[in-house]
Amino acid sequence: MSPSLVVIFGDIIMSLNIATLFAALPGNVAQGIIWGIMALGVYITFRLLDFADLSVDGSFATGGAVTVVLMLAGFNSGAALAIAFVAGVLAGLVTGVLHTCLGIPAILSGILTQIALYSVNLNIMGGKANTAISVDKFNLVISLRYIDKAIITACIFAAIVMALMYWYFGTEQGSAIRATGANPAMSKAQGINIDMMKVIALSISNGLVALSGGLIAQYQGFADINMGRGAIVIGLAAVIIGEVLGNAFFGKRMNFVLKLLFVVIGGILYYVIIGIVLWLKMPANDLKLFQAIVVAIFLAVPHIKNKRASSFGKAAKRGGIKNA
Amino acid sequence: MLNAVNLQKTFNAGTVNEKVALNGATLCLEEGEFCTVIGGNGAGKSTFLNALAGVWPVDGGSISLDGIDVTGLPEYKRAKYLGRVFQDPMTGTAANMQIDENLALAKRRGGHRGLGWGVTKAEREEFHELLKILDLGLEDRMTSKVGLLSGGQRQALTLLMATLQKPKLLLLDEHTAALDPKTAAKVLETTEKIIQEQNLTTMMVTHNMRDAIVHGNRLIMMNEGKVILNICGEEKKKLTIEDLLHKFEEVSGTEFTSDKEILSR
Repeated sequence: MSPSLVVIFGDIIMSLNIATLFAALPGNVAQGIIWGIMALGVYITFRLLDFADLSVDGSFATGGAVTVVLMLAGFNSGAALAIAFVAGVLAGLVTGVLHTCLGIPAILSGILTQIALYSVNLNIMGGKANTAISVDKFNLVISLRYIDKAIITACIFAAIVMALMYWYFGTEQGSAIRATGANPAMSKAQGINIDMMKVIALSISNGLVALSGGLIAQYQGFADINMGRGAIVIGLAAVIIGEVLGNAFFGKRMNFVLKLLFVVIGGILYYVIIGIVLWLKMPANDLKLFQAIVVAIFLAVPHIKNKRASSFGKAAKRGGIKNA
Repeated sequence: MLNAVNLQKTFNAGTVNEKVALNGATLCLEEGEFCTVIGGNGAGKSTFLNALAGVWPVDGGSISLDGIDVTGLPEYKRAKYLGRVFQDPMTGTAANMQIDENLALAKRRGGHRGLGWGVTKAEREEFHELLKILDLGLEDRMTSKVGLLSGGQRQALTLLMATLQKPKLLLLDEHTAALDPKTAAKVLETTEKIIQEQNLTTMMVTHNMRDAIVHGNRLIMMNEGKVILNICGEEKKKLTIEDLLHKFEEVSGTEFTSDKEILSR
């Protein structure tokens, strides 16, 4: 290493202050829980329905935009969040209809909705890319100003969403959705309208994503047209980090409650990791690159594990002419 | 019970891959008739079953079940009247769902799926008793994922699922073809038992001529998308494989050429 690099690293390490990290962590936890709700939405499509839904990047911002604009118009924060949820449901409905009624491939349906929502979201915010809502003037349900309260509120929201999901996916309709994701041919043979189930699942999923978007907008005090950019990656990261972690702790004893819980834990962990790398002076501009790499690694882990268990290389070592 | 008249289906019409799969297939079954279906490769056996199940709409002809015209009903609506077991053991069950969940899905075939519990306690007890019929020990593994079961176990479970709500017509599409001979015999035995007990109207596609002769009280042979041979009653009881091969040549004017059939004689 050249002397200059040593000096740079030395400077960085000298400038690190563990106190600033601890000061930032509660904020990361609060954000992680709220994004965990978003990840629960992604879990519905990605894991239960086996549908990679990219519309969430749009519906997350829709949730934020609807919440802020309604609150500025005089709605209370609860009502605004409820309507944001409905807006997300409609977004999911569009993706579902594009896919089932019009036969557009899953990923493309999501992308189309996502890109359409960009314009929709701008229109919701009256043509502005950013709309602020001050915690001083409005009664926000969650804000980074009061971080302890924010963490508790986020936990309550996450707990309610998890409880509802646990109930719903245990019902006849929820089971039908899970069956649709697990085996469409079998589902049809058992009389399940799989197109309908896909539309319902996409709607619920995007509703949750929009709810999460609304909470984040209140938390940070503004809605931004770009607030959902890369949301799918964060959602997937939370789902996958949670799975890897859950399997490490509970293995085969993972039940549905634990799976949902670990999705939220995955969200928290993800934001704590982000907090740490930012504290380590990683340039904020490189954050998306870092996100992509983290998700790629976690997605690759199960595949690589399998390969290590049974690979051609090992087969050659075990058997092969040499050993015969 | 079943009245399928003059079914027509052409795949990839108007292209070089055009294939006339059904060309006037007709079959009427009385209630409780157990009809085995044989025929060479590409004769239209599976296509016939898929047409009845509504996997796609037919180009022509009509299908009615117990007097109900189902020609215009999509697969998931028609499922109300049909029980189905497929050739691939993976197709009939949801691998990452539990045994009791799979059965509960089948129990609601044709019914409304609302916000009641997916599996109730009473149903678990009911399934526990039902699974004993299979004699595979599955009644003690009800919360296991179906993906952990063997192919034979999965087919037996699918069979149970197909008949949990008594179907007007049971469609078995080479449902033992992917199993080893011993397991296949066991699944076939269970099949026979369930069909007898519930007096089910059944169509069973098989490539095993002996099975086709031994089982059921009706036998049809298909060729080029048509039913070319229809044997029932006493005549079927006396039937031999040689008879069948001979009759095939007589009716179709060609030799019966399917390695699977010849080898499995």
